[in-house]
Amino acid sequence: MGYCFTEDGMMSVWSELEKRYDIYAPKRFAGKGRFSDTDCVRYGQVHSATEIVFDKKAEYSAKEFLLPNAETLFYFTEDQILESACKEKEMLVFLRSCDLHAIKRLDAVYLEQGFIDSYYKRLRDKVKFVLMGCPKAFDTCFCVDMGTNKSTDYDMSIDKVNDKYYMDCKIEEWTELFAQSAERVQDVQPAYVTETKTHVNLPVQMPNTMLQSDLWREYDGRCIACGRCNFVCPTCTCFTMQDMYYTENGKAGERRRVWASCMVDGYADVAGGGTYRKKHGERMRYKVLHKVWDFQKKHGYPMCVGCGRCDDICPEYISFSHCVNGLKKACKEVMENE
Amino acid sequence: MDINTKKLKKNAFRVTKVRNKTASRIRVPGGHLEAKYLPVLQHIAEAYGDGTLHITNRQGFEIPGIDFEKMVEVNALLESIITGMDINREEENGGYPAAGTRNISACVGNRVCPYACYDTTAFAQRIEKAVFPNDLHFKIALTGCSNDCAKVRMHDFGIIGMTEPQFEPDRCVTCGACVKACTKKSTGALTMVNFRPQRDAQKCIGCGECVLACPNMAWTRSKEKYYRLTLLGRSGKKNPRLGENFVKWIDADSIVQIILNTYEYVEKYIDPEAPGGKEHIGYIVDRTGFEEFYKWAMKGVHLSEKAEITSPMYWSGIRYK
Repeated sequence: MGYCFTEDGMMSVWSELEKRYDIYAPKRFAGKGRFSDTDCVRYGQVHSATEIVFDKKAEYSAKEFLLPNAETLFYFTEDQILESACKEKEMLVFLRSCDLHAIKRLDAVYLEQGFIDSYYKRLRDKVKFVLMGCPKAFDTCFCVDMGTNKSTDYDMSIDKVNDKYYMDCKIEEWTELFAQSAERVQDVQPAYVTETKTHVNLPVQMPNTMLQSDLWREYDGRCIACGRCNFVCPTCTCFTMQDMYYTENGKAGERRRVWASCMVDGYADVAGGGTYRKKHGERMRYKVLHKVWDFQKKHGYPMCVGCGRCDDICPEYISFSHCVNGLKKACKEVMENE
Repeated sequence: MDINTKKLKKNAFRVTKVRNKTASRIRVPGGHLEAKYLPVLQHIAEAYGDGTLHITNRQGFEIPGIDFEKMVEVNALLESIITGMDINREEENGGYPAAGTRNISACVGNRVCPYACYDTTAFAQRIEKAVFPNDLHFKIALTGCSNDCAKVRMHDFGIIGMTEPQFEPDRCVTCGACVKACTKKSTGALTMVNFRPQRDAQKCIGCGECVLACPNMAWTRSKEKYYRLTLLGRSGKKNPRLGENFVKWIDADSIVQIILNTYEYVEKYIDPEAPGGKEHIGYIVDRTGFEEFYKWAMKGVHLSEKAEITSPMYWSGIRYK
């Protein structure tokens, strides 16, 4: 059932929801952009719907609530291990359709590959999702081509039009509260994007020769291997482990897992001092093929959801969508010549 | 031809090597101007000058080849630029009221440059507003970050933008980009301790390289804007030298106050015999001793606890033998 709220109605709903949930949404961090006197829009805890930024894409995705940047798994002494406690309060996370589709990818990786990652699961069980209606694509988005522009798999939805909030709510326990606070009850369909400026065509065949293609050489020089594209990506799921010893006696400490990036030095280091994919173009190949080919082979749908954040963030103006389109073209040429 | 050269110099014209010809000097505080003023300059150069225009070292313009008797007309044409740039002036259509305190120059700053820690042009304009017009020979320059592209250490007052990097440990992914950037491009203030960067506050010069390098916003800029104030650099024939660090982590208000105070100090101690009433501040300080300058400069200045004052101050530089 859908509801239309005024600002006041929204506030009374909000105060009830906040008793139950920590609420996270894209918000403005004033003065916290990379460059001086610029802001950053990214995820943070919000205490009112007015704090939510609807008209900008969050630079970083919502994955950090399921997969923290750095997560302590357990604490250890010489003979004891104590598992870290999970956050107690439930979470309500506001996100767009593409990002909600990304959660499906995270679930696939952490829950559906033959075993369940308990650290992921314990956070996942605490999260409810509020789909943010997305009426218009940003320049770098290509969700329509990835089939992630529309989602019905949400717990609640929200659209802000002028000063009114339109919400759908599938959680039964809140329907009474919503109905009481709403200006009126009505059908609500979250807005979704139907057209994007950027288009991406995924390759349908992948000849093995593409691994050695000159296509990737361009990135040897252009890419600086900073990993921003991975860190902003809503579907990058890699982590590495750190055993951190408290310095006093070096015998107690904690084990934490931390986001890892296949673009950053050290990712493909192996025992004996070897390193795979030294060249940045090789790393680009590894990442791009994983996003649009390898994952799909296993799961039946591509990993990339077309949010375009990697294009937005790259300091060297390397465009993922441009690369994928180039890959598709190169694949086609190879197939035709064979 | 009877011309008061003292007066024309103060009016921002120049005695040139060509007899009876002068050059008009247009100051552009902060070195950034609206393009709409360029046609005015073009008109002056073509109608009154020799059709050329020099971009000066101090980020102004100099239009040569103007007849002395045309200075009144040129001044009238400059009125729109002077008022448009909100430059203090005394008399309508009278041109610039002084030239001793030089144009306040600045690098392009954070209106364009990713490295800059503040809006250099806006700060330059603020200082200009506070100090101009003045006949005393002051050179002030601003640069956005420790790269010092504006070469502010060649000036009496050099203002270098700083940010105090803020670290959010939970966003750190141990990629090492900040440590690498700081080591290779800056002062090596960061070391990796237990998988996280540790910042040596003494070594840190607030350049912001770590903020720019961090792929995950673990490092961000401080809300407060900070500066490094360098003192009494100079070029010239006697003892050219670089400006020395005076205050690290200083605030904007204190900088303006110190500069204004220095005008009073110079009025008191300038060599009355100085040719053209022009003496670099540094030579005056060499004469009075730094302590006397310090006493004057810091009147009414309340630095924050973060500010670090260099003491004692020493300069080196080149001495011709």
